[in-house]
Amino acid sequence: MSRKSPPGPLEYLRRWPIRLWLLAVGVFLYAPLIALMAFSFNDSRRNIVWKGFTLKYYEKAFNNDGLIEAFANSLTIAAVSTVLSVVLGALVALALWRFRFPGKTAVDGALALPIVVPEICMGVGMLVFFAKVLPWPQGLVWPLNLGAIIIAHVTFSFPFVAVVVRARMASFNRELEEAARDLGAGEFRTIRDVILPHMTPSLVAGALLAFTLSLDDFVITFFTAGPDTVTFPVKVYSMVRFSVTPEVNAASTILIVLTVILTAVALKLQGDPAAAAGAHGGEKA
Amino acid sequence: MGRGAQAADVFGGNDEVTEAKPIITFENVTKRFGKLAAVDNVSLSIREGEFFALLGPSGCGKTTLLRMLAGFETPTEGRILIDGQDISNVPPNKRPVNMVFQSYAVFPHMTVADNVAYGLKVDRVSKAERDRRVEEALELVQLGGLGQRKPDQLSGGQRQRVALARALVKRPRVLLLDEPLSALDAKLREQMRTELCTLQEKVGITFIMVTHDQDEALALASRCAVMSKGLLQQVATPNDLYEFPNSRLVADFIGSVNLFEGVLAVDEPSHAVIRSPGLPTDIFLDHGVTGPRGGTVWAAIRPEKIELHKRPDDGEPPNMGDAPKGTNAVAGVIRHEAYLGGVSTYEIEIEGGRRVKVQRPNLTRWDQEDFRLGEAVWIAWHACSPAVLLS
Repeated sequence: MSRKSPPGPLEYLRRWPIRLWLLAVGVFLYAPLIALMAFSFNDSRRNIVWKGFTLKYYEKAFNNDGLIEAFANSLTIAAVSTVLSVVLGALVALALWRFRFPGKTAVDGALALPIVVPEICMGVGMLVFFAKVLPWPQGLVWPLNLGAIIIAHVTFSFPFVAVVVRARMASFNRELEEAARDLGAGEFRTIRDVILPHMTPSLVAGALLAFTLSLDDFVITFFTAGPDTVTFPVKVYSMVRFSVTPEVNAASTILIVLTVILTAVALKLQGDPAAAAGAHGGEKA
Repeated sequence: MGRGAQAADVFGGNDEVTEAKPIITFENVTKRFGKLAAVDNVSLSIREGEFFALLGPSGCGKTTLLRMLAGFETPTEGRILIDGQDISNVPPNKRPVNMVFQSYAVFPHMTVADNVAYGLKVDRVSKAERDRRVEEALELVQLGGLGQRKPDQLSGGQRQRVALARALVKRPRVLLLDEPLSALDAKLREQMRTELCTLQEKVGITFIMVTHDQDEALALASRCAVMSKGLLQQVATPNDLYEFPNSRLVADFIGSVNLFEGVLAVDEPSHAVIRSPGLPTDIFLDHGVTGPRGGTVWAAIRPEKIELHKRPDDGEPPNMGDAPKGTNAVAGVIRHEAYLGGVSTYEIEIEGGRRVKVQRPNLTRWDQEDFRLGEAVWIAWHACSPAVLLS
């Protein structure tokens, strides 16, 4: 128990440069977020000095129809594009994992394109595409009017899902699939009973990725959104152009809390092997 | 015994196994991957109730043959029959065979009981019967009471038993085993050998095993097929395979062997003589060979069938029964010795520089005749010991 003993080779936390580093990471990573949240409770029109605690900006945010509509749009777009991205991404990953076909390398390369192409280029590309090639009809009822944005979001989200799922499938033992077939299961049943349970953690991770990508995307959305299809990031941007009011802080805080909860749930699902086998548990013929 | 009979009954086994009926027939089966023929024109019959082993070095096509039987590969040419039915184009899930995979392929997200029940569930067997049969199958492989465990809580040996139970519970016509003992440690392997034999006797199902391990094949199988480069080399009982190999390849692959190339100098119905340039004396055989007179043949002599005798300076060669003087005995010097516990192996350098492998059992603990490195010895063999090979 002598506290003066020199630090061992692996006791990094006892060395001062490492501690300093950790502190710097903490400050630069979390201080802005904490400040944002703290000032959402500030009883002042300007975000500069602390005047006192209030919830009125939350009230104000909830009464701001434009903000709420943008928020609802963002969540809807994120939810729909996540589902589509996961399905599409998983299918692409399965095809690339499972089959050899002409042009496989090309598909593989093309898949990485949306990941590496600068967002601004994608955004402009989408703008041109939806203006000239496939004009999305204007004035549709909600949520059909979000179609263009959803398509855009799926385009840049599903490759991430595909990459995650494919990495997971690399660890799949093909003999498991053969064992299921050998025991009498058809192709479809084999996918459901053996391949899907193995894929599940990557589907959850991919969904999480797609959801957050969609929720906070600004650039591409900015180019594809119309006047009646404003998303949360776009709305916040238009609000802060005049001044950063605590109302924006309040809305952002709600968004942060929401994503943290979602992430926690997803991670819990992913880490629990029973949940990974969830596709099975209920089935008792 | 009572339990065995009961289990055999449960698994639809039949005590009076009819020997001659072929359950599986390969008819001129060829499988090509691109230009490479992994299996080359193989014709083979496997009888009901046999424990059959496909033996060969890796890449010889034995696994491809097994996978064609399971339905994971389709033959490029030829037919595969099970009970007289051509199943070449039947998908794996519709075939009356089940397989124990090399990696065991136990479903990691299911309990042991769910793993074993899987095949029955797919077949829509009622829950009550399923539970009963799963219980029995687990008892059979001595995993009773472990049904609720997850595979990651089992040892490798236990996982293999799960794979066995999962395949056997479906009461297949044939059970396929892909390198069943290769992943187990030496002690467990020995134990599983015995258990697999007992299990097969109990359930009475035809077992077909793929292995590269000749000891495993000899110990387990009632018949073996030796394969090499996609070709079937020899199909025989373990005993015949070892004592009556039909080619140098088989003789060399199964166990250890000394091969002497030579010509057939004498070939009478009662005896034959092989003259080998590598040997200073002739090889005398107490039987006829009916081989190509004057053509090249090979004499294969197993190391344990060669005797070692002390060679004093003026000593006579040992008398080897019915072999005439001057044959079947060669002078040499011990150049290498390895004590292996049960046996010792020696390498004897004979006149002309060739080394001959000899194996001797260590019959006693210490007072056995002692052979030392560098010692002058006679090596000698009986007239019935060499196997004559024509290819």
